[in-house]
Amino acid sequence: MTSPSQASADGGSLTLEPEGIPGTPGGKGTPDLAGRTPRQLAWLRFKRDKTGIACAIVVAGFLIVAVLAPLIVKLYGQNAYDLYGQDDGLLNSYGLPIAPNGGISSTHWFGIEPQLGRDVFALLLYGIRNSLGIAAVVTIVSIVTGVLFGLVQGYLGGKTDYFMGRFSDFMLSFPSQLFYIAFSPVAISLFVGVGDQESWWVRPFVLIALQFLLGWMSIGRLVRAQVLSLREREFVEAARISGASSWRIIRKELLPNLWSTILVQSTLMLPVFVTAEAGLSFLGVGMLPPTPDWGLMFQTGATFYSNDITFMFFPGIAMVIFVVAFNLLGDSVRDALDPKTLR
Amino acid sequence: MFRFLTRRVLGAIVILFLITAVTYFLFFVLPSDPAQLACGKNCSNKDLVSAIHHRMGLDQPVYQQYFDYIRGIFFGRNMPDGQNCAAPCFGFSFANDQPIWPLISDRYPTTFSLAVGGSAAFLVIGVGLGMLSAWQQGKTFDRVASSISLLGNSVQIYFIGPLAIALFADNLGWLDHGHDPTWTSDPIGSLNGLVLPCLVMSVIFWSNYSRQTRSLMVEQMAEDHIRTARAKGMGSKYVFYRYALRGAAASIITIFGIDLGSVFGGAIITEATFGLHGLGNLAVNAVFSLDLPLEMAVMIFSASAIVIFNIVVDAAYALIDPRIRLA
Repeated sequence: MTSPSQASADGGSLTLEPEGIPGTPGGKGTPDLAGRTPRQLAWLRFKRDKTGIACAIVVAGFLIVAVLAPLIVKLYGQNAYDLYGQDDGLLNSYGLPIAPNGGISSTHWFGIEPQLGRDVFALLLYGIRNSLGIAAVVTIVSIVTGVLFGLVQGYLGGKTDYFMGRFSDFMLSFPSQLFYIAFSPVAISLFVGVGDQESWWVRPFVLIALQFLLGWMSIGRLVRAQVLSLREREFVEAARISGASSWRIIRKELLPNLWSTILVQSTLMLPVFVTAEAGLSFLGVGMLPPTPDWGLMFQTGATFYSNDITFMFFPGIAMVIFVVAFNLLGDSVRDALDPKTLR
Repeated sequence: MFRFLTRRVLGAIVILFLITAVTYFLFFVLPSDPAQLACGKNCSNKDLVSAIHHRMGLDQPVYQQYFDYIRGIFFGRNMPDGQNCAAPCFGFSFANDQPIWPLISDRYPTTFSLAVGGSAAFLVIGVGLGMLSAWQQGKTFDRVASSISLLGNSVQIYFIGPLAIALFADNLGWLDHGHDPTWTSDPIGSLNGLVLPCLVMSVIFWSNYSRQTRSLMVEQMAEDHIRTARAKGMGSKYVFYRYALRGAAASIITIFGIDLGSVFGGAIITEATFGLHGLGNLAVNAVFSLDLPLEMAVMIFSASAIVIFNIVVDAAYALIDPRIRLA
């Protein structure tokens, strides 16, 4: 029960609440009944989710590692380009680390790479940095394009909806992995003349462009489906009647309702793009050595697994943790933002 | 059923036409000069370039080139320089001037075997695990299975592949190292060589299927017709397999149809991990030699294969779910 004195002290908002709701905190004198924004509610729900918090910390750890890789490696004392194995004689004549367990030591925490003899810890940090950077750009560009595409498609409806839908169906019918492989020489030849040296930005750019080209459709479809139901709702109708322009309705009425989809989809898409990029580099059509790259580490690992399996574990386990953390975080974010969907 | 198939086939033809047209455009019109790519790095002789132009038919308008290309696939064609190219004609490789079709027909059995074997493996394991989880809903088995699924969803073929070879083939000796299948001469050996690659490939897929199957089955078990069947006195197992599974099967098949493209992509990575020589290996090597006609042929061939398999999956869908038949 809200006592009259408190209600008057708190202003009119509380008196609007129906009296006598059982279990309202107002009875104990806390003015918590004041409205919370959906964002605050979601944050409260998220804070209670222990898995979600743990995954958020892991994900933040990966992001910090990616951003601060040069600093961390500097503090660590080795770098990702020096060929320690050859300079310090740590590799035998087969190109394998002499010391046991892949050459793990106090100077080289994760050992050294077979053949080239670079420091695995530094290599992994830079590999994460490069792969994550490329994937992050792909995710952002795909999300922005997909959301815009879906918004326009769903909001305009009719013929526009039909043709845009067929277009994205068509894009979805390309076998994506093969498309990246097959089309990469063409894309690279667009930027590099015959016999010219390739600039450093060409590879990352082509990887980003190709993955984006076939990566935006899924979010586009989701957004379209949501917009289709949203645009029939009363608040959109009200906005339309009060003379709001289409652009304003999209921006002010529809977009705020899509944030949860966008957030959840980005956390789910990022690891997919990271593993896809690593897969391409693993196949030999992504980044090229000696650039430090997550996928290239698997390529080296797959060459030497029978003699130096330790090397394989560091990029491998790092990637498993990374993907698990992102997927669980995506689920937690979804639960926090939309408590109705029960998994 | 017949009308349904006709419509799907017509749709597939339209999609294939668009895919080939766009691919052709991307490969032969977008690069400033494919002839430059064809004759390699030391190509400065103008006469040579224009000879190659003529040979590749690049001096013709684009639609004519595309039309010739498509006609070549079905009926064969004579190249502008008089070389004959027999019926599925995808042109000649830049790298070694060989006709392309034999290269592809050599390689695709490996990729297809992987894709089919891998799909069979992940459908059996994934759906089976999902059904058991649904049956044991909330018990220890369910929880263990869902953790395994989460982990399986997060590993990569290129990580567990080498580990699996080292463990099961090198150390324990239970399974064969993967090798290319030769179905006609050595069917048993081919099967042995495919077990490990198919199992490894299935890991990244079955986790999704077990999760989906579990939730679909749980959903189905709550349906009214299931309760009615139980109330009439049918056994719980009978209802589970004959009623609930059939209800869930349609959705599982839909997911499988959507996944076909990624199954193909998974097969490519698996090939590279196990050193098999399939279409993926062909495409990757063609990247290094800038062999555009070969890349395009692999692309068109695989896209067609995926579209055709999709029709098969749709037909299976229509067979299982009687409501679809009239659509």
